[in-house]
Amino acid sequence: MTIKQISIQRYLPEQGSAPYWQEFDVPFDDSTSILDALNYVKEELDGSLSYRWSCRMAICGSCGVMVNNTPKLGCNSFLREYQGPVKIAPLAHFPVEKDLIIDMTLFLDHLAAVQPYLINDSGEGSDTFKQTPAQMEKYKQFSGCINCGLCYSACPQFGLNPEFLGPAALTLAHRYNLDSRDQGKKQRMPQMNREEGVWSCTFVGFCSEVCPKNVDPAAAVNQGKVESAKDMLIGIFKS
Amino acid sequence: MQERHIDIVIVGGGGAGLRAAIAAAESARKENREQRIVMLSKVYPMRSHTVAAEGGAAAVTSAEDSLQAHFDDTVAGGDWLAEQGVVDYFIRHAHQELVQMERWGCPWSRKSDGSVQVRRFGGMKTARTWFAADKTGFHMLHTLFQTSLKYPEIERLDEYFVLDIAVADGTVAGVMVLEIATGELTLLRAKSVILATGGAGRLFRFNTNAGIVTGDGMAMAFRHGVALRDMEFVQYHPTGLPGSGVLITEACRGEGGILVNKNGYRYLQDYGLGPETPLGQPQNKYMELGPRDKLSQAFWQEQQAGRTGKFGDSDVVYLDLRHLGKEYLHERLPFICELANVFINVDPVKEPIPIRPAVHYTMGGIETDAHCETRIKGLYAAGECASVGLHGANRLGSNSLSELLVFGRLAGEQASQRVPTVPFTNSRDLKEQAQAQKTRITQLYDAEGEESWVELKRELVLSMETGCGIYREAKGMQATLEKIHELQARYRNIRLQDKSRAYNTELMQCLELGYSLDIAEATCLGALERKESRGAHKRLDDGLQQRDDANYLKHSQVFFNAEGPARLCWQEVDTHLSAPAERAYGDAGKGVKQ
Repeated sequence: MTIKQISIQRYLPEQGSAPYWQEFDVPFDDSTSILDALNYVKEELDGSLSYRWSCRMAICGSCGVMVNNTPKLGCNSFLREYQGPVKIAPLAHFPVEKDLIIDMTLFLDHLAAVQPYLINDSGEGSDTFKQTPAQMEKYKQFSGCINCGLCYSACPQFGLNPEFLGPAALTLAHRYNLDSRDQGKKQRMPQMNREEGVWSCTFVGFCSEVCPKNVDPAAAVNQGKVESAKDMLIGIFKS
Repeated sequence: MQERHIDIVIVGGGGAGLRAAIAAAESARKENREQRIVMLSKVYPMRSHTVAAEGGAAAVTSAEDSLQAHFDDTVAGGDWLAEQGVVDYFIRHAHQELVQMERWGCPWSRKSDGSVQVRRFGGMKTARTWFAADKTGFHMLHTLFQTSLKYPEIERLDEYFVLDIAVADGTVAGVMVLEIATGELTLLRAKSVILATGGAGRLFRFNTNAGIVTGDGMAMAFRHGVALRDMEFVQYHPTGLPGSGVLITEACRGEGGILVNKNGYRYLQDYGLGPETPLGQPQNKYMELGPRDKLSQAFWQEQQAGRTGKFGDSDVVYLDLRHLGKEYLHERLPFICELANVFINVDPVKEPIPIRPAVHYTMGGIETDAHCETRIKGLYAAGECASVGLHGANRLGSNSLSELLVFGRLAGEQASQRVPTVPFTNSRDLKEQAQAQKTRITQLYDAEGEESWVELKRELVLSMETGCGIYREAKGMQATLEKIHELQARYRNIRLQDKSRAYNTELMQCLELGYSLDIAEATCLGALERKESRGAHKRLDDGLQQRDDANYLKHSQVFFNAEGPARLCWQEVDTHLSAPAERAYGDAGKGVKQ
């Protein structure tokens, strides 16, 4: 095994108010992920290092960090991909709680704000709705979000204004709006139409680049703008 | 210490916990009752390990299927150690639960007419497994989580770690919790507590499980005198990726994938699963669609015979999906293609995937009755942490996602029904129990011992793998049991490096290790004392290589003992619907009742 030096941004609020960088030597081979490196540091070098992780197979969404200023999942990014220095920091644009742990509260509030569940007044039933593969195809990609938050770290608008609902929440709203079983679009549109809804997006598209599940939030938000424009236009004609 | 009064506390925010929370909320709404529910978890709900389930959820669906067939498959699959009344309840309620998931928006894969598609799974007589591509657990968990947001009466405490259950006079009184963000302790007093804390796969070195799957809830119930039942039955999933143990779903074989050894030979035909089925024509209960215990055992035999290949340091066999074609693989198994690419740089469209068995599921757990209640009144358990008695000695793939819905709902309803009928337990003793937890945490912080959780954990998981693996013998299990006792003693001499209060993840790891050590003891003791081979418990010792119904058609129950080693009892099994018979697959299974 060869050794790689990694730098980790530390922040220990009970010991001092300023973040600082700390270097660690980590042995690695072709299979060593960023998460493996963090686990190595915690287990072998410094038990106080704090970060989130769980499934280590890129589906639970816990282990998002900045690697050389780009949002990544620690478990599916590998040391072998980095020739030069490796700098690991907490996800950008979120308040940092300790070391690599960020405060997810706002992210979850934004998700909840768009009523991300199927709204349908047909009540309880003993049979399924019909939905053809073509109907499912319309929203399927947008249902793959693992709530990792990487897109919020990539989004300059969220960085400027944390009240912006942001890529994941808007994508989830769009996912339900596109679902043939759903009747809740009308209830969701006011959130989408807000200044902090789809219209805060300036279509940089970095959110889709960093998405580890190819959900393409930029496409969802852009389609959401079309829906929002239509919705507002209809609103004008009706009034 | 802060104190709050909550009607129902649900520990765990995975599939079972979320389903229980929604069911409890609905129960109270139907009766116009006010009811406070707290669902807490050491992680955010969508991080729970349900998220990693891939293949699907079973329920009788097609016209040619029958409830009797699902019942028979489950009972035979569990080698007649399942509680048959419980299995009967399960197979009757599974379908409605999957329908309910659909009506909450779960994107089940569809047929062209818009109805739900089912796929084949191991040990099942016919195709009855609902799926959402190969991310079924992910879609179920997110659907449940998102649906739970409709219920403001479900208060979530995300990233709260439970230290202990409060119990007074054989009745549950609440839980003591630690807020991870601050390290502050709270006593949540409750009338009903539901444990939905998942399994204990992390007791073993090589496993498919998330880091959080450390059996916390099992250990808490165990320490309060609830039996851990059938813990010796640990499921090895036949197909994990070498190195990491990342799960490669059984659905690969349901869709027609084949397993070959290093010579390209479909070795399963040599282990009572043949004859060989033609490529591209998978047949239920034959070859690759045998049950998990038999497939993992066949791997071990091939390994002993020197017919496994190598990937890195791992002995492997090969899962070949190439004949399914790129388009089909990307439609049905996109996540598998991604995982194989990312973690071992193999494209399943072009190459077979090297795989090996990995610990996957805890068949045993917290003993409950058929209504999910433990022997402590008001304390319920559901999902993988529970032993309601569904799986017996071996779980069939795709029964567990349905289980967490059926029994999560039942636990939630039962817990809710209890609320208006009882007062909050009023005992002076509660303050002392809460104080004891505070003292315990303070002592952990202050301890100046020499042991580190890292070393103890490593020794534990290695010893469990060595002594309680796919095949077991008395000598190895005895050595593991002694090792566990040694580690329990050394655990008292542990030292934390991190002394901070906020997000002390090292403290969490230490507490989890303490839980794991107790569960490991129950697992190993059950394995040592079960002197027969049944389902996933396979012994090498002379005379113990067969099932022995005369002596061991019984559940093991392990009881905690604060003063010394745990003790074991045996409990009768409910076999009133189907008398024990030979368990056979492939052609050997023809004509056998199943």
